[in-house]
Amino acid sequence: MPFFAPSEDPGPDFAALAKIQGLVPIAPTSAVDDRLRITHATTVVAVRYVDGVVMAGDRRATSGNIISHRAIEKVFPADRHSGVAIAGAAGPAMEMVKLFQLQLEHYEKVEGSQLSLEGKANQLGQMVRNNLPAAMQGLAVVPIFAGFDVRRETGRLFQYDITGGRYEESNFATSGSGGSLAGSVVKMRFHEGLTRDDAVDLVITALFEAADEDSATGGPDMVRGIYPVVATITAEGFERVLDTEIAERFVGLLDVLASRDGGGRVSETTTETAGGAI
Amino acid sequence: MSMPFYVAPEQVMKDRADYARKGIARGRSLVAAQFADGIAIVAENPSTTLRKVSEIYDHIAFAGVGKYNEFDQLRIAGVRSADLKGFSYSREDVDARSLGNQYAQILGQVFTHEMKPMEVEILVAEVGAVESSDQFFHILYDGTVMDEDRFTVLGGDADAIASRLESTWTPGLDLVSVLAVAVAALAGPDRSLVASDLEVAVLDRGGQRRSFRRIERTELPEFLPKA
Repeated sequence: MPFFAPSEDPGPDFAALAKIQGLVPIAPTSAVDDRLRITHATTVVAVRYVDGVVMAGDRRATSGNIISHRAIEKVFPADRHSGVAIAGAAGPAMEMVKLFQLQLEHYEKVEGSQLSLEGKANQLGQMVRNNLPAAMQGLAVVPIFAGFDVRRETGRLFQYDITGGRYEESNFATSGSGGSLAGSVVKMRFHEGLTRDDAVDLVITALFEAADEDSATGGPDMVRGIYPVVATITAEGFERVLDTEIAERFVGLLDVLASRDGGGRVSETTTETAGGAI
Repeated sequence: MSMPFYVAPEQVMKDRADYARKGIARGRSLVAAQFADGIAIVAENPSTTLRKVSEIYDHIAFAGVGKYNEFDQLRIAGVRSADLKGFSYSREDVDARSLGNQYAQILGQVFTHEMKPMEVEILVAEVGAVESSDQFFHILYDGTVMDEDRFTVLGGDADAIASRLESTWTPGLDLVSVLAVAVAALAGPDRSLVASDLEVAVLDRGGQRRSFRRIERTELPEFLPKA
């Protein structure tokens, strides 16, 4: 059982405790991405709405041009009132989420009170910062963090860069290879006072459009029944939206897209006029 | 060269045990008891901030009586040990028996090797899927471990409280009834305890991952018999 002298006590910091116990992975000393195909996870998005925030992530993980997993999950509860969504090297990202979840729980148990939402966001920033040596070798992890701030009674969103820079966003946050595509969709359609229905439709539309343009982002897989993970975080806590609801909303979205083109099928270019490289 | 006075080892151990017991007896007692939906832990504690009962892990609670700084140090070590184990292996691998044994090792070590024994008595309780798999490990200041069932009492007045519980506790009580029984046993025939004298927490035998739940003092009157 770990006991420490007062001067060496790690306090409520689980990461520091794990480090003392030698449980922290060593950063590689040279670039790994050139020699080994690292599994990457992409495109997560979070949007603020009236009751809190909605977070969503596609289900695809890729290693170079290979789809390495079709049903990976990228959106996780961090604790009761917050969630974390990951993009980047999948292995270190999953490890970071696990450590982050445990860190929040450990703090709560040792201190007997919860960290503020801001404190949690900063904590995640430090973890991203600590991953910088690995990021420089190709194992970057760039999460987004969102939650319901019980003190301010509003949803809040945080975006990061690989150096651990933490940027609070007022309306939406995205990360991953399709993040900017998804972000554009959200930006065009965001307005103050989004309802839950609007917000969930907005994030699945954003993911659909990102998957349409970015090969590393997976669209809805209606054959296998694999849909993006969507979760809402409100005063009542983190709640995952059921797959059946997401499936219905995708059917609705496809109807809208198909009717827009009049013919029941989304056409882009015909074979006759294709001029680009095949 | 001066020789230190010879003191028989029996005497040393007896003195230490007396010292620890006296320290523990100065504090107030605590009861943990099974009920239909989990384990209820009721402590006599006028403070709302310095806790005697707390969460260690998903289905495991810690409770201590005696010297606050000493059992709080043990509590934090337990949280660390459990979280490290769950992080290294799996959450399912964290159990009360292992924690109880670790506590017993430490208390035994301190009792025999340090100047002063710890003036504490602690409980590691784990709620199971069914009543028969609930566990109570009651550990004394010298490292003695007792594996108890149904209910357990910690503190100076434990024998009297346990004998009161023996006649009032029955299997399958609901939460309100088990709290009534526990509070009456803690109070004894001459006193009555109200919400502001008590700290109450529950390990729920439900599906959730974290089963520890405090019943805050503000909501406690709903659960207690009307005075």
